[in-house]
Amino acid sequence: MEFGFTTAAYVVAAVLFILSLGGLSNQESAKRAVWYGIVGMALAVFATLVGPGSGLWLLSLLLIAGGGLIGQYVAQRVQMTEMPQLVAAMHSLVGLAAVFVGFNAHFEIGNVAEVFAVADAAKDVDLSDLGAFAKLIAKKTSAELAILHVELFLGIFIGAITFTGSVVAYGKLAGKVTSAATKLPGGHALNAAAASLSLICLIWYTSTGGLLPLILMTLAALFIGYHLIMGIGGADMPVVVSMLNSYSGWAAAAIGFSLGNDLLIVVGALVGSSGAILSYIMCKAMNRHFVSVILGGFGGPQGEQMAVEGEQIAIEADGVAAALNEADSIVIIPGYGMAVAQAQQSVSELVRKLRAKGKEVRFAIHPVAGRLPGHMNVLLAEAKVPYDIVLEMDEINDDFPDTDVAIVIGSNDIVNPAAQEDPNSPIAGMPVLECWKAKQVFVSKRGQGTGYSGIENPLFFKENTRMFYGDAKQSLDKLLPMID
Amino acid sequence: MKLGTPKEVYSGEARVALTPESALQLQKLGYTCLIEKGAGSAAGFSDAAYEAAGVEVVKTAAALWKAADIIAKVRPPSETELKRLTKDKTLISFFNPAGNDEGMELARSKGATVIAMEMVPRISRAQKMDALSSMANIAGYRAVIEAGNNFGRFFTGQVTAAGKVPPAKVLIVGAGVAGLAAIGTSTSLGAITYAFDVRPEVAEQVESMGAEFVYLDFEEDQQDGAATGGYASVQSDEFREAQLAKFRELAPEMDIVITTALIPNREAPELWTKDMVEAMKPGSVIVDLAAEKGGNCKLTVADEKIVTDNGVTIIGYTDFPSRMAAQSSSLYATNIRHMMTDLTPEKDGQVHHDMEDDVIRGATVTHEGEITFPPPPPKVQAIAAQKKPEVKELTPEEKKAQEVAAFKAQTKQQFTLLGVGGALMLLVGLIAPASFMQHFIVFVLAIFVGFQVIWGVAHSLHTPLMAITNAISSIIIVGALMQIGSGSFLVILLAALSVFMAGINIFGGFLVTRRMLAMFQKS
Repeated sequence: MEFGFTTAAYVVAAVLFILSLGGLSNQESAKRAVWYGIVGMALAVFATLVGPGSGLWLLSLLLIAGGGLIGQYVAQRVQMTEMPQLVAAMHSLVGLAAVFVGFNAHFEIGNVAEVFAVADAAKDVDLSDLGAFAKLIAKKTSAELAILHVELFLGIFIGAITFTGSVVAYGKLAGKVTSAATKLPGGHALNAAAASLSLICLIWYTSTGGLLPLILMTLAALFIGYHLIMGIGGADMPVVVSMLNSYSGWAAAAIGFSLGNDLLIVVGALVGSSGAILSYIMCKAMNRHFVSVILGGFGGPQGEQMAVEGEQIAIEADGVAAALNEADSIVIIPGYGMAVAQAQQSVSELVRKLRAKGKEVRFAIHPVAGRLPGHMNVLLAEAKVPYDIVLEMDEINDDFPDTDVAIVIGSNDIVNPAAQEDPNSPIAGMPVLECWKAKQVFVSKRGQGTGYSGIENPLFFKENTRMFYGDAKQSLDKLLPMID
Repeated sequence: MKLGTPKEVYSGEARVALTPESALQLQKLGYTCLIEKGAGSAAGFSDAAYEAAGVEVVKTAAALWKAADIIAKVRPPSETELKRLTKDKTLISFFNPAGNDEGMELARSKGATVIAMEMVPRISRAQKMDALSSMANIAGYRAVIEAGNNFGRFFTGQVTAAGKVPPAKVLIVGAGVAGLAAIGTSTSLGAITYAFDVRPEVAEQVESMGAEFVYLDFEEDQQDGAATGGYASVQSDEFREAQLAKFRELAPEMDIVITTALIPNREAPELWTKDMVEAMKPGSVIVDLAAEKGGNCKLTVADEKIVTDNGVTIIGYTDFPSRMAAQSSSLYATNIRHMMTDLTPEKDGQVHHDMEDDVIRGATVTHEGEITFPPPPPKVQAIAAQKKPEVKELTPEEKKAQEVAAFKAQTKQQFTLLGVGGALMLLVGLIAPASFMQHFIVFVLAIFVGFQVIWGVAHSLHTPLMAITNAISSIIIVGALMQIGSGSFLVILLAALSVFMAGINIFGGFLVTRRMLAMFQKS
């Protein structure tokens, strides 16, 4: 088919992709937006298959179908609490694919050069048995070839980081690797060394075009991805996952440059900027700098921290039930602990019972609650909590003084008043949910430990706070029959 | 261990330190509870009710004192009672240690441990066992009720067919726990309530209860009342004069005056003088809650109700909590129960007397053959945090100027960014070939569109956004498909693998997004 048709199809696909991302602005239009994305993807694949230069149709279709079956199986089986792992795993596939495509581009350059060398001898250039991409390369000038080298180098570099980074992130989120921040001796100096090695390889590669610097760089990039993510702790994962999301986009864009394919560039840029914005929102929600998150760990306290006085007062299920039966307005603040305990169904059941009694029940979601941006929303949606009672931090923070009961389920740092009261706290200035302004606060928590940041939470010592110790799901199940 | 409560021996005392409800809680702590026959009857708790709660009823006081390891009671113990103490017994009750040296000495010589409920330090953690506060609360309430009982008119103003009734005016002097309770009761009965306290920081609390705070025309640095454990301290003469002058001005208007001013370990200050009483209207009522310590009004006779020559009733009862024995017993028993909870950290029915604990140390007056009164100051102070400096309100002009400055800074920042970006772009354009620039323009525009679109995505849909961008970024399949037609085996292999992985991603990403979005339901 003509080249023009393919380009036209690409334009339509790009528009559909933009619409599909734009449609996510609200829950109803999002359901339509997915279809835009699916149609756009189908169109792009179809146009490429019928377009110039593609071969091995049957093999391609078989592979897509085979991959599709696996993808479908995974998509239907995955638990909503496992979404962070799934997203990380899928990022790793994109990263690896980018590495492979980049290497292919390198081999093609070699093939073309060989053909030219043979052709020079025969004084007749014969491109008929090369692929479409090779034909494109054959037309390039030497300056364009140099840029091509840089582009595919970058594509492989970012792709390799994304691959190992995502694999490690997957391991951490799935609990297969310890979620604590661990570094090899040498710390960030190792990363810096690997990065400078890659830079040397880039210069080497552009001047010689050999395979060795490319492989060396790939190894260095794989190491950076592994070591960087190993050094980041569990609760910073929302930032890491969205950063990897962004990287997978930039890798695609870099490959798009080297293949001269505008659709890849457009989509890569869309995905890259989406991930970048998500990382920015997450960092802002923790009042931390992106760099400090990536370098891992919390900075130490900047001075004497305020001493916490008082005691944590425990309460049993009957006390919580009595307060809930009397309350008119209730706000629930879920965190990662709810996901760990798989308590969302019990929470939903509690909400259903309370709402049936005519009480106002709402959820307050902090942007970094959970291990993935928007993680809590998806869990609650799965448990059939209507989305219009699930509110963002900014929407609900002013309502706490009028709230009778606030229930904190498995969250800690995001409800820490030290962020506002203690200028020396490591999390000072982080926006938090001001649940302590409610008339009464119940905290469902496994034990007396501190949160991810390792700092004491004065909320637990406040006079209107009662600690409801125990596994979130078991505690709630004990509570449920007492709500009448 | 066994915890026992004898019948109060002080004449007229109706309270009891153990109720069936508190007994149930104490049994959870591992204690066996005993009670003397008929101890709860004056407060409305029958022996049968105690027995139903698992409390053993003991016939005589002597037997009870002998059997129990811990004795909880209300009034300070009599000499006879103290003599029944032995080395391994613990007594918990009001004790008045500051004015009861002989009692303390006797308890010391017996080697018993005595915990005085009035010595519980006033810190947040100990509020649940602060019996002075719980009794003062009742006294404040009851004071208003007693006043109403002796006052010949309504509290609330009414306009009836039979004529107009003006509302009663109530002045409450001293806004401590009793004062605040009195304010609450008085305002809820509908009276116009005024309140005075030497600590100006309580004005806010007074006003929150619906009363009007009486301010003095007086300038002096006031000490934070919390520094003296939440009590008022002695005032300067000038201040006292200003205060009395204000009261003289108010006296003729007031129908009911309730005085609650007490200073620890001192005689009650005279606040309502004879001439003020004479200035009041006939039928007015004064309730003096400080009667036990000599009274805030010198005409008060402790434990009696008198009527002055000009028809003002002065009530000097000192047993207000005992007059509401059912209520005050259950609160006091709860205070005791909380004290026992702190004394029994293991919940094993064994007293662990931790003299390092601020609350326990503070309340203990004799322990292991020694007098431990007065206690050292508690480590934790309950002083409220200093008020933060208020943020200055900006005038509209200043606000406008700030906005203009912010806008200018923003403009400057954008211009610099655009300038630097543009210059860089031109620089790239000088070196890079045209074919690259074409793609580059597409790239930059796509980033721009991406930024605009993604900011509009709802926070709650961030997870679906990640899943769908994941699926979309599998567009890299297009690159692999272009390469798979190559002649080289290695290239075909790598491209085939890429196509396969991208295939997983496309289907997995889109399907999981659809699954998630389908779950978002409106109520």
